[in-house]
Order: sequence, then C-alpha cells, then structure tokens
Amino acid sequence: MAIFRDYDSGGRDRSAEDRRRHRQLVEDSIKKNIGNIIAEESIIGKSRDKVIKIPIRGLKEYQFIYGENRPGVVSGTGAEKRGDQIRGRQQSQDPGHGQAGSEEGEDYFETDITLEELIQYLFEDLELPNMERKKFSYVETERSHKRWGIQRKGIPPRLARKRSMQEKIKRQKSMERAYRELGQDWEQERFPFREEDLRYQRVKPDLRPQSNAVVICMMDNSGSMYQSKKFLARSFFFLLYQFVRYRYINVELVFINHTTTAREVNEEEFFHKGESGGTFISSAYAKALEVISERYSPEVWNIYAFHCSDGDNWVQDIPKAIALAGELCSQCNLFGYGEINETSAQFYKPEKTMIDQFDDHLQAANFMSVTIDNKDDIWPAFKKLLTIADKE
Amino acid sequence: MADYTISDLEYYNRRIEEAAAEFGLDCYPQEFEICNYEDMLSYEAYSGMPSRYPHWSFGKAWERKKTYYRYNLVGLPYEMVINSNPCLAYLMKENSLLLQVLTIAHVYGHNDFFKNNRLFKDGTRADYTTEMFKSHANRLREYIADPSIGYNRVERVLDAAHALRFQVHRITNEKHLPPDELRKRMMASYYNSQPAGPGPAAKKEVPDWNQIPLEPDEDILLFLMRYARLTDWEKDIINIVREETRYFIPQIETKIMNEGWASFWHYRILNHLQLPQEMHLEFIKRHNQVVCAHEGGLNPYHLGFEMWRKLERESNDRHRIFTIREQERDVSFIRRYLDEELCRELNLFQYRQTGTNYLVTEVSDQPGWKNIRDTLVANAGMNGVPVIKVIDIGTGNVLDLAQEQDGRELLLKYAHETLKYIASLWGHKVRLHLKVNGSYQNIVCDHQDIYVTNSPS
Repeated sequence: MAIFRDYDSGGRDRSAEDRRRHRQLVEDSIKKNIGNIIAEESIIGKSRDKVIKIPIRGLKEYQFIYGENRPGVVSGTGAEKRGDQIRGRQQSQDPGHGQAGSEEGEDYFETDITLEELIQYLFEDLELPNMERKKFSYVETERSHKRWGIQRKGIPPRLARKRSMQEKIKRQKSMERAYRELGQDWEQERFPFREEDLRYQRVKPDLRPQSNAVVICMMDNSGSMYQSKKFLARSFFFLLYQFVRYRYINVELVFINHTTTAREVNEEEFFHKGESGGTFISSAYAKALEVISERYSPEVWNIYAFHCSDGDNWVQDIPKAIALAGELCSQCNLFGYGEINETSAQFYKPEKTMIDQFDDHLQAANFMSVTIDNKDDIWPAFKKLLTIADKE
Repeated sequence: MADYTISDLEYYNRRIEEAAAEFGLDCYPQEFEICNYEDMLSYEAYSGMPSRYPHWSFGKAWERKKTYYRYNLVGLPYEMVINSNPCLAYLMKENSLLLQVLTIAHVYGHNDFFKNNRLFKDGTRADYTTEMFKSHANRLREYIADPSIGYNRVERVLDAAHALRFQVHRITNEKHLPPDELRKRMMASYYNSQPAGPGPAAKKEVPDWNQIPLEPDEDILLFLMRYARLTDWEKDIINIVREETRYFIPQIETKIMNEGWASFWHYRILNHLQLPQEMHLEFIKRHNQVVCAHEGGLNPYHLGFEMWRKLERESNDRHRIFTIREQERDVSFIRRYLDEELCRELNLFQYRQTGTNYLVTEVSDQPGWKNIRDTLVANAGMNGVPVIKVIDIGTGNVLDLAQEQDGRELLLKYAHETLKYIASLWGHKVRLHLKVNGSYQNIVCDHQDIYVTNSPS
C-alpha cells in the first residue's frame, strides 16, 4: 500500500538562490545589451514608478543542437498535401524529457522591473560631464543622514542596541570582578539595563553640494522629421530626461520645439506633439539664447544644450544657424547636436546636412555631434555625447 | 479548497493498486507526496529531485514555468514521478479528486515502466536515485563553500559541463572499455589478423597505439575528465553532470513509450474503477486533454497512447505488450510498430522549414508513411542530439572534433558558444569539423575567438 504524505517545505523557498543568481546574470546581460532594451518603443513615455514587465531573452543554455534545415513530423488535420505551404510557427518536436535541448526554443520570459531600476542600470556608470562647479551655483541638498559616531543622549529610534548591550556587559563584568576581589559571591537573577548603559547613534545630515544645471532640449518638429525619426529623437531625449532626473535633483529642463519658428513647450508637448512645416534651425538656437539670457545666467548655471534634427535645414538659414550655434557654445558647458539619419525614409538627401556644416564651420571644443541611424545607435550616441566634454 | 481527504486518496489508491496488480503491472513500492502549486513548480524546476545542486539554470527553469503557467501557455502539471525505488511521485494539492485519481493511476504506469524497461533496469540504479542526487548536491555545495574554490569557479565549470551534458555515451547500459582495455583488444585483433606461420603478412595498417583517443569518442565529458588539465574538483563536477545525464537518458530515450504506457494504463484502470458518473465524465474530459493531438506539434502522450492501444488490440498474446515495454526504446518502438494505418489515423505529416513558412514534404500515404516513420525515428530520443566525436589531439594540443554527418546541420550560433565552453575546459584550441550549407568547414575556437577555415573534406 502506497504511502501518502503531506509535503511541508517549512516555508523554505528552494529555488530562491538559483533564481537570484539567474536574475543577477540577466541583469548583467541587461546592462550589456541596454541599447536594445531602451530602443523598445514600449518603455518610452512610461512613468518611472511603474513596474513594467520586460520580456527578457533568458540566458541561453548553449549546447550542440540542430538547426532548422532538417525535416520534422507533426500531427495535422489530414487535409495536408505534399507541397502545401503552411504559414507561421510550427510547434517544435520535443525530442525528449525537455532535457535534451535539441531545439533552440524561445527562451522568452518576463521579469518584473521598474523603469527606475532600468534607469539605474543605464546610468550607474555615467556622470553628467563638466559639472564645473560654478562658484555661486552650489546648492546644498540634504539627501540623507549619515551616522556620525555614538552619543549618550538621544532619541529612542536612534538607540544603538549593540553598543548599549556592550556597555551593559561591561558593567556586569566589572561588577562581578569587584565582588570577586572582595571575596564575595555575587549572584543576581536579573541584571537590567540602566540609563547609563544606553548609547545612541549620532547622525548628521549628509549635505552634498550640487551644481545648478539646466538642460535645454531642442527638437526639430518639421515636416521632414518623419514619425520614425521623431521616435528616435524622442527616445534620445527620453534618455536624457530620465538621466537628468535620476542623477541631479537641482536640474531644470527647458524644452524647445521648432519648425521655422521656435516655441518653448512643456514636457508633454515636447514628446508627444508633432507639427509640420519647414526648418529654420537658427530659430531654436535663438530661442535657447533668449531663454538663457532671461533665466539662466551662465555665471550661476551650468548649461547643457542638446538639439536633435534630421539635418535638413533651409539653405538660407545655414550661416545664421552656425553663427548662433557658435554663440550657444560660448554660453554653454556643452552643446550637443544629434542628427537623425534614418535612411529608409530618405527620399532625397541634401548634399551637406547640418552635421557636415557644423563639422566644417563650427570650431568649439565643447561642441559634439552624433548621428543616429537606427535605434541601436541611440545608446552609443547618448554615451558619446555625455562623455566627450571632459576635454574642455 | 480540496474536495477530498487523504482517506479518499487512500481508498482509490487501494482500488487502483488492486487493478494494476490484476492487469499484470509490476511496480516498485509507491510513495506520494502531496504538495502545493509553488512546491510543484520547484520540483519541476529540479526534475523532481528532493535535493539537487545549485545552478542558475534551475532558477531560470522555475521562472519560465511560472511565466508559462501564469499565462496559461501550458497547463499546470498534474503530477511528477521520478525513477526511484521506492517510486516517488508528487500530487498537487489543488487538484480535484478525479485528477488525483487519474494521476495516481498514471503514476503506477510509469512506476511499472521504470521497474521493467531494460534501459532503466540496466542503465540506472533506482535504489540510489535520491541519494545520488543528494550526494552530488552536497559535494557541489562543499566546493562552493571551499574558500580556495568558491561560487564563481564552480559555476564556470558547471556552465561548461551543462553545455556538454548530452555529449556522453548514449547507450548507458553498454560497457565502454577504458583506454587500456581497448588498446589490448585492438592489439589482439591486429595480431590475430596476421598469419600465424610464414607467408606474406596481411596488408593491414598497424594501428597507432598511442593515438588519443584510440577510436573516435562521443563521450566528450569523459574525454575531458581523462585528458584535460583539470583539478580534481573540476573533474568531479564534470562527473556529477555526466552521471545525472546518464540517469536521465533512459527517460529521454523512452518519452513516447513511457507516457503512452502510463496513459494507456490510467485509461484502462479508471474505466475499470466504475467511477460515479460525475467523476467519470470529468475523467473522460481530462483524459482527452492529455492524449489529444496537438495540431502542428507532436504530443508524445497522444502518439504513445495510440500505439499501445493498437498493439494491444492486435496482440493475441496478452504478454506481448509487456515484453515490448521491457525491450524497446522510442527509436525501435516506432520503427517496429508504427505502421501506415496509424500514421494515417493520426494525420502525421512531414514538414521542412522554408524561411518563416513550412513546406509539407510528406504525408501519410503509401509510400510516404515510411519516410514519416524514419523522420520520427531520426528525431526520437537521443537521436535529436547531434553526435560530435573527439577525433584526435593534434599539434599544439589542438582538440579535433567532428560532427557525424547524417544530413542534419548544426545551429551555428549555438555551436560557436558550445565550442567556447569546450575550449575553456580544454585550455587549448578546439577545432570542429562539420558541414555548413553542404560544404565542409572547420570552426576553430582559440581562447574565446571563433574563426572558420575551409576544409577539403
């Protein structure tokens, strides 16, 4: 007669450690392949607190397996004839216990990750460049409290339990010794804490000087910026925006959209509104200079300006744009220009796009240009933009 | 909440055991553990073993199963059963009484198969199953805890050994001679082939006795244990992985037979029990779910169940099916007993992938069904795993491997990564001779770099 027994795991989560390790390896691979993940449209524009489920390509367990060039056998309806084409995915033939991995298989599964976490992976190793501490622009931010030794007086939540215990033991031991020296037996059932045993953590606010910074985001919103290009630009700015918010509390953001004229807009409009029309790049730079002179004096503000465009500027506007870009460079710590060169949608290409014009005519050490051809370029372009400025 | 009590299970179990004995099933003593959904997931991830060594791949398996269940991509497991004596099976607490009864009957089918099929009898030691896995787990944990080794180095070897886990001798119940024995036997056979008296010597090339390996060897793990420069603990880890593969190979080799056999018996036993009508209806529904055809896929329960049913129908001698379950493995089972009629009944067809589409290349008619049967055989059990043999250790300690050619080609990305694992254990260059798009190539792995050289043949 068979035995039946209730299994009790005793609350032990048996696979926890292997899951943790797997997750850690997945995270490492996320970091390595971050570009592809941020390029996924689905995460752009989500709130950072939101827990998103990212389909993670599981870590592959490589083995020698056959490719697709071999025949297989499956069940059908009976209506199949030789030479029929069947669309889509055939369920693969499972060769064994699920152990013999002779099929590549889809190793997709999901993992819960907050956007916050994702952003942390992204920016862990980056510093916004050139945080040249401008003299009058320190802002002391109280981020947290640091422990700063032990004191005898304090409030109960800061009770240093271990230290208090040590003090009590000290007192107990010395009492014992004292009795011993007197040749007396000392026995006491209880040895309670006394006020004098208690110790408290001393804390001091952790003040970190932070520079004021303003990031001016400019985006070409003209008709030649097709939707796909705008998406690339938006992905790029999304990164920038998240990065700034992530790392620097005292950073202000300015959003400027432009076609032939430029407007300062809010974040929502900047990312989500499309317009059409021609392109005067200079209009955006003029607007940026105006905003700087009105609100962000370079004396006290670190200014970072970024502009994304497809580079298809009106010919008449080019000299003016170069001149104003030069002026922007003199006001900013860094001026970056990203050109979206999405080739598939290119019906014609000007002989020289703005990036060539800038490279030829704009001599400023704190200018940086990048090109973005497809979504894989976004992350490298972003890193390039942020890391160049050290040479200033 | 469960609609049954343990005594319900015991009641039905007694009746099932009686029926099984009456029908001639020969089982190990049976133990059932009743666990919840989460524990079942864990058992699944660790192949049903109460104790197993730690590795991230089990954590991955857990996550994947969890995801699949959450999205109903696959149904919850009804049961798990492991090849051990006593036979250990898990029942999921949340299942209905009928499902438990069905599962219990199904488990006795597996139990009988484990105890009597020749691959399990000769290739595994069911008395020591759980002890073996526990001892492996303990040894591995000791290596991890050893400050001179540690988690990362253990993981590195495990990763590599896992990549090669199926590159072992496929026939687990066959004797493989150690190199010294093999050499002696080769020498004897060579000298015996020479004429005893005077006369012209037979034209037979003298074998190179110092060749390593003496013959091309498919057991890459064993080869690395013997000849790679590895420490004892590294060899032991490889040995652990290899032992566990050898435990699982009989299951891989008999998937269709074994699942079919268990389904065949649960169906017969439950019909015999004469369940109350309500339970009987649920039984028919569940049974049909288990053994239904997966259109566009191949359900081993379906194929196996139908094959056993047909065999039983057509056998005059009632011992015949018991003999077959003892003697065969999927490959021989299909080759011998899958006939045109059944191929047609099951609407089996053969396909080939063309880009994202599939081309029907063969259907179950005369003469097409034979090709279908042969393709099934070619993919059954360990036949689904490419055969890669160690050929030679060349100059500069290059390890020469070759894929046995049968028209099927390797998935290159996977081959590259697997070669890197071999190179990391071997410590020198590794070269794999294979066919890519119909022409011979060598893929060389030097440290962690992969490059391709053309090869004449």
